Parts: sequence; structure tokens; C-alpha cells
Amino acid sequence: MQIETSAVWEGNKEAEKKNAFSMGIRLQTYQGHLGSRLLALLVVAAAMLTFAMLAFLIIYILVKGIPYLNMDLFSPVYTSENVSLVPSLINTLIMTMVAVLLAAPIGIFAAIYLVEYVKKGSRFMKVIRITAETLSGIPSIVYGLFGMLFFVVTLQWGLSLLSGAFTMVIMVLPLILRTAEEALKSVPDSYREASFGLGAGKLRTIFTIVLPSAVPGILAGVILAIGRVVGETAALIYTAGTVAAVPKSLMGSGRTLALHMYVLSSEGLHMNQASATAVVILLFVLVVNGISGMIARKIGKG
Amino acid sequence: MSHIKEKGMKLIFMIAACTSVLAVFLICFFLFANGLPAIGKIGSVKFLFGKVWRPSNGIYGIFPMIVASIYVTGGAILMGVPIGVFTSVFMARYCPKKIYGLLKSGIELMAGVPSIVYGFFGLILLVPLIRRLFGGTGSSMLAASLLLGMMILPTMIGVTESAIRSVPESYYEGSLALGATRERSILFVVLPAAKSGILAGVVLGIGRAIGETMAVIMVAGNQPRMPQGILKGVRTMTANIVTEMGYASGIHRESLIATAAVLFVFSLIINVSLSLLNRRNEHAD
Repeated sequence: MQIETSAVWEGNKEAEKKNAFSMGIRLQTYQGHLGSRLLALLVVAAAMLTFAMLAFLIIYILVKGIPYLNMDLFSPVYTSENVSLVPSLINTLIMTMVAVLLAAPIGIFAAIYLVEYVKKGSRFMKVIRITAETLSGIPSIVYGLFGMLFFVVTLQWGLSLLSGAFTMVIMVLPLILRTAEEALKSVPDSYREASFGLGAGKLRTIFTIVLPSAVPGILAGVILAIGRVVGETAALIYTAGTVAAVPKSLMGSGRTLALHMYVLSSEGLHMNQASATAVVILLFVLVVNGISGMIARKIGKG
Repeated sequence: MSHIKEKGMKLIFMIAACTSVLAVFLICFFLFANGLPAIGKIGSVKFLFGKVWRPSNGIYGIFPMIVASIYVTGGAILMGVPIGVFTSVFMARYCPKKIYGLLKSGIELMAGVPSIVYGFFGLILLVPLIRRLFGGTGSSMLAASLLLGMMILPTMIGVTESAIRSVPESYYEGSLALGATRERSILFVVLPAAKSGILAGVVLGIGRAIGETMAVIMVAGNQPRMPQGILKGVRTMTANIVTEMGYASGIHRESLIATAAVLFVFSLIINVSLSLLNRRNEHAD
């Protein structure tokens, strides 16, 4: 009897080794535990549902949109006939560049201050932490209205790429701050001590030792921020405006891709072009996420 | 010289760190300074609990929108939480190592898909589907809840999975040793031990759902009236702002800003409860 059970046990172990996810074998070990079997099925079913939804979303958007990706859509100037997405694409690039170039230094510097200068658990740190958390919880439309009230009206920048970009800066700041903070924290203290020991000052240590070793983590956060800006709509309607052309300067109004897609689909006249635009946005997000994930994995390995 | 540089850079770092404080202060100031006068003029009770929103007649009651936001969020939670929690259990406990990386980046991708794309997906798929199955226009509370339920999944799964992972392995082993099956150990011992982390995930999901704008606008129908059933259209607070801000002026515009202020207060409440939850987690450790 004893030999038998140990044989079964060995067998199970063998099977688990061979294929850790053989649901069937796992279920066999619970014979007589119907409830447990159902629960296991429920867990797997829920996971399958989640990933099926994601796969379906992506495939559906691609299938609906790709047939309409034609040359008209990529003509250099927008007219109501070709519904070109090129101006919006250029606006998106400009907007993203301005927003990230502004937000990244602020976020990284703030993170440096929090990690390298402030004592852990001090009141200053708590205040920054609370405000950053508050910022990351604010709905994007509230950012949009604030941007409208502050940048567009009070500072009189008007509906412009600049107003939009500054609104985006505030929106992605907590994201960059948090990821940069994590990245800096994960640099071992021995690096800093070694640098100090060699006679380097604090500033030199930060810029030549700590920051370079934290670059991958910071970069992953910045790339995520790019994704956020590219996909943002609600915060830009009343700050950047919806003009379908590339403005002459940053002070002019211009719609980004996401906004372009919203206008198209809410008008309801160019649904096919909206589908095609969705494909472009989705591809962009896929690439951004892929890069960010690759960097994050590299850190995990290194 | 280098002393000055050190001091100067420290100051710059500090100013950068203060940016988020300044931003929160400015947002509070501008929203309340522009929104509160309207609430004063309309009357706070009339504004918050008035059941009619008819700007053309000068009637500004946002109660229908508040209720709609809460209902739609509730629907999203009803749908998203069970799926999210079970998926997190799968990710933390069942998922084979080989496909874990792939699934994890799938969830990150799900979080990265812009809300406008979700909205478009809802508009071309969910709305016609509901129209065909249940009649009506299809733009409904049901469509919004389903879509939001899907959208809050990645937020919830991320937090819940790490909460489940942080439960000491001894809980699980102890339960197994007492003769419980794997499933009972995970779902009735490990999961309850992670409950405050899971709750934090749910609260984050609520925050995301209540603040969601573009996806809801595209599928919820946008009728500014009290919710009349899950197959009828509703307008949430976020949708109200985007729909009417374009042409509003005077007190109408101010009342929309006041709506944003109400939304801001909602997000503050959610944040406070989140940090209370997190504090409790830290104490528990």
C-alpha cells in the first residue's frame, strides 16, 4: 500500500516536472474534491476570459482597420475628402516630444531629490508622495479643464499645442517620478559609497555613478509616459483644440491622433478611417509597450 | 566654486520635487475658484441633488450624472472584480513559468491601450451587439459597464497579483498540511490574507472607472436624465463636461467646471481611502 502511494506521488512529481501545467493531472489528484475541481476551472476560465478579451480587442481593431489603411489616409494635407491622419500624426509627435522633454527632467530631478537628499520618512517626502498620488488619481478630463482654465485662459496661450503639452507634463509627471524613484532606489548604496570614497562630490556621484546605472528603469517609465501622451484624448480636447492641420508654431491649435480618431468617430461620417486610425494608434502603443517591456526585462536579468 | 554648484543643483532638484505640490495646489485653486461661484449661485443642494439638467432653461442639477457615474462604476466593479481577482489568482499561483512573461506583458498592454481605442471597440462592437440582443439603441449603461469592467482589469490584476504574492508561503503550506486541497488553500486561506491588498486594487479600479471619459462618451448614450434601466442611455459626470464644454458660456460653463470640481473631490476621496488601506497593509506586515 505504502509503495503504491509513493509510486503515485512519484508519478505526479514526474508529471509536474514534465509539464507543470498539466491541468488534467492536477485534477486527477483531487478526485473526490468536486468543489476544488470547480474552483480550479473557474480560475483558469477567468484568466482565459481576460486574455481572450485582450486578444479579441486587438484582432478586431486590426481586422476592421487594416483594409482601410490606404494612401489617401497618408496624404500630407487633411481635407474633408481624404481625412488624412498625417497632420495629426505630426502633431502627436510634436506634442509627445515637448511634453516628455519637459516632464522627464522635472520628474527625474524630483526623484533624485527624494532619493539622494531627503531623509527617509521625513515630512517633505510625505507631502511629495501624497501630492504625486493625488495627481495620478485625477481623471484626465479634470486635467483637461484645469489646462483650459490655467494655460489656455489665464496664461492666454489659447488652444495650442503648448497648452496641451503642458497639461500632459502635469499628467505624466507622477508616472515618471515614481518609476525614476524606484530606479534610483534600486542602485546599491555601495556604488555611492565607493564614489564618495574615491573623493567624488555628491553631485558628481549622482550624475556619473547613480544616474547611469538607473537609466534603464527611468527609460522604461519615460516610454510609458510617451504611451500615455499618445493615447490621451480627454485632456487635450479643450487645451490643444481640434484643428486638423499642423500649426505654424507651438502656439497654434492642432489635434493629435487620438483626438483625430475621436472627432472622426463622433461625427460618424468616416468610421472606416477612424478604424484605420485606431490601427495606427494601437500599433504605436504595441511598439511603445514592447520597448518598455524589453527594457524592464533587461533590468530584471541584469 | 564646486560648493556653489552643489548647492545650486540641490536647489534645482528641490524645485523639481515641489512641482507636483505646485500642480496639485494650482489644480485645486483653479477648479474651485471657477466652480464654487456657480454652486453658490445655483445653490449647493439644487446643484448636487437637482434631478434636472437643462442648461437652456437655466436648470443645473447634476444628480442624474452623479448617479450615472456611480451606477456605471458599480456595474464595472460587478463585472471586473470577480474576473480580475480570479485572473490574479491564476497569474500568482497557477500560471506556468513559460507563458508567464507573455501574459504579464499582455496585461501591461491592456493597461496601455488608450481609452479612445476601448471606446471605439465598444462603439463598433458592443453597442451593435446589445442593440441586436436586447433592442433599443444599444448605447446604454450596460455597454458602458461592460467596457469599463474590461478597462479596469489590468489596474486591478496588477495590484491584486502582488498582494497575493506577498502572502507568506507558510499560510499556503500550513493549509496544505492540514489536508486542504490546493484550491481551498489558495482561495480560502491565501486570498483572505491578501484582502486589504485586493481591496486597494478594487479602489484603484473604481478610481479609473469613475474618471473614465472617452470610452464612456462613445457607448453610454449621453442622455442627461436619471438612469432608467441598464439598457437605457445615461450621461456620466465626465461625459457631461466633454459634451457641453465646447459651447457652454457664463453660468453654464461655470457649472461644468463645478462638475469637474465634484469629480476632483471624488478622486480625492478615493485617494484618501487608498492611502488608508495601504497604511493598514504596512502596519499588518
